[in-house]
Formats: sequence, structure tokens, C-alpha cells
Amino acid sequence: MNTSSKRPFSRDQRTVIVYGMLVFVLILVILQLWLLTATMNAWLGGDDSVVWPAAAVSAAVFALNAGLLAYLGRIERTRRLAE
Amino acid sequence: MPDASDPRHRVDPAINTPGREGLTGTAPASLYAPSVERDQITIAPDFAPADAQPAWRQDFPIDWPQDLYVERRDFMKFLVLTSAAFTLGQVWIGVQNWYRRRGGRPPMQRIAALDDLAINASVVFTYPTEHDPCLLVRLSPSEFVAFGQKCTHLSCAVIPRPEEGSFYCPCHEGRFDLRTGVPIAGPPRRPLTRVLLDIRGRDIYAVGVEERTI
Repeated sequence: MNTSSKRPFSRDQRTVIVYGMLVFVLILVILQLWLLTATMNAWLGGDDSVVWPAAAVSAAVFALNAGLLAYLGRIERTRRLAE
Repeated sequence: MPDASDPRHRVDPAINTPGREGLTGTAPASLYAPSVERDQITIAPDFAPADAQPAWRQDFPIDWPQDLYVERRDFMKFLVLTSAAFTLGQVWIGVQNWYRRRGGRPPMQRIAALDDLAINASVVFTYPTEHDPCLLVRLSPSEFVAFGQKCTHLSCAVIPRPEEGSFYCPCHEGRFDLRTGVPIAGPPRRPLTRVLLDIRGRDIYAVGVEERTI
């Protein structure tokens, strides 16, 4: 990794980044909500074929969200180290 | 490297004297360096300078951009927590499904004798467990239907109304078709749980349940 990539983002840059992440995470969470209600409806209706595939997709989406949050934490740590 | 003895590369000392640095362009870069880092500048919500702010805000300044950033970051943390809760909910459905499958097919259970029910009469029974109230309705001399009594909207007990050809849920005005259990009015979207029947001799038996999505 070169030196320039370690330069911490400014506050304005971080705000833009967090806005972008927020929009992405918000869309994914809405998708998860729909997935949960659709799965619950199907399961209560006796169709259990979608239960585990839906759980796997939901877990993957959560991993993506958690990864984005971890990246945000890394940005903040880089900034703190630079101060 | 320029030759210092060459007059073309010599800098006139007059233009590099203290106080003229900003005018001549010969000042060191540090002269233009801000005294405060940009990230540390406190900006009020009305973007007016600090001196123009009321006394209370000068005493307790709110850094608006920083506040905005922290607010969005914390909201994102909350969303990720919500995402975790949804995933947990999916896994919970999976675990419940495992328990449901492990239970297997419910045993056969006698409900009533054929002669106990007049046409359009109904009887309440529980099947497959004591926590699952059901309704048996006689539609004609040879036609019987049985459904779970829990409304598929919010589990209120439905009431048979044979004269209207429907089951009625008094909680939210839901209605289900008496013959099929399919929702025909109100908020319910899924049909009632159908109880499979078998007539043996003069008795009616419940032999299974059928959940349906449509």
C-alpha cells in the first residue's frame, strides 16, 4: 500500500462516504424486511421450501452491511491515528 | 541546479524581505497553512461566524457538520443492528420449521358423530393440539368442512355464518368462504388452515391439516 492511500479522509469526505453507505444499507434493510415478511407468509402458509434460502440471503446481506460498517470504523481509526 | 553566479538566477533581496512574502510569491508554504485544521472548525447551524452567535451558543457551540456526520454514522449503526435482527428472525423461522417438521403428521382424531350435526350446524374442536381450535361445519347431508378457527390476520377466533356462506372475523371485519376457507373480504390474505376429514362409519375424523398460501 502506498502512502497516499493511508491519508485520512477529511470530515467532509467522510460525511459523503457515510451518506453513500447509508443509502445502500437502507435499501438492503428494506429488502431484508420484505424478505422476512414474505418468508413468514410462505411458512405460515405451509410452504417451507424458501425458509433456508431466504435465511442465507438475509445472512449475506447482513454480512455486507456489517462489512460496510467495519470499513467506516477503519476510516475513523485511520483518522485518529493520523491526529 | 542553477548557477548562483549567473545574474539571471539571482533573487533580488528587496522582494524577499519580511512583510512582502505574500505579495511576491516567494513566501514559504507554511505561511499559508491554516492555523486550525479544517475538520476542527466549529460551524454553527446558521453558518454565521462565532462572534455573531448568541452567548449560549458561544458557551455551548454545536459543530453542525460534525453533528451531521455523527448522526448519520450512528443511524447506520442502528440500521446494521436492524439488519442483524432481521437475519435472526429468518433463522428463528428456520428453527421453528425444523420443530414443525420433526412433529410429523398429526394423529387421527374423532371429532363428532354424523348424527350430532344438523345442516348448517357447526361444532368446535381442537386439532392437532389443544391450542389449535377448529370448526366443523355441515354444509349438506353428505358434505362437511373443517377449518382452523384462528383468523390468518391476527389469530382472532372466526365465527361460522352459514346463512351468509362465510366465516366472519369480528376483530377486523375479515371474511372467509365457508366452503374453501379462502379470504373474501377484510385484511386476511391467507386462507384458513384446512382440517382434512375422513368419515368412517357414522363418525367424522380429523386426519391432518393443510396450510395454504392461496
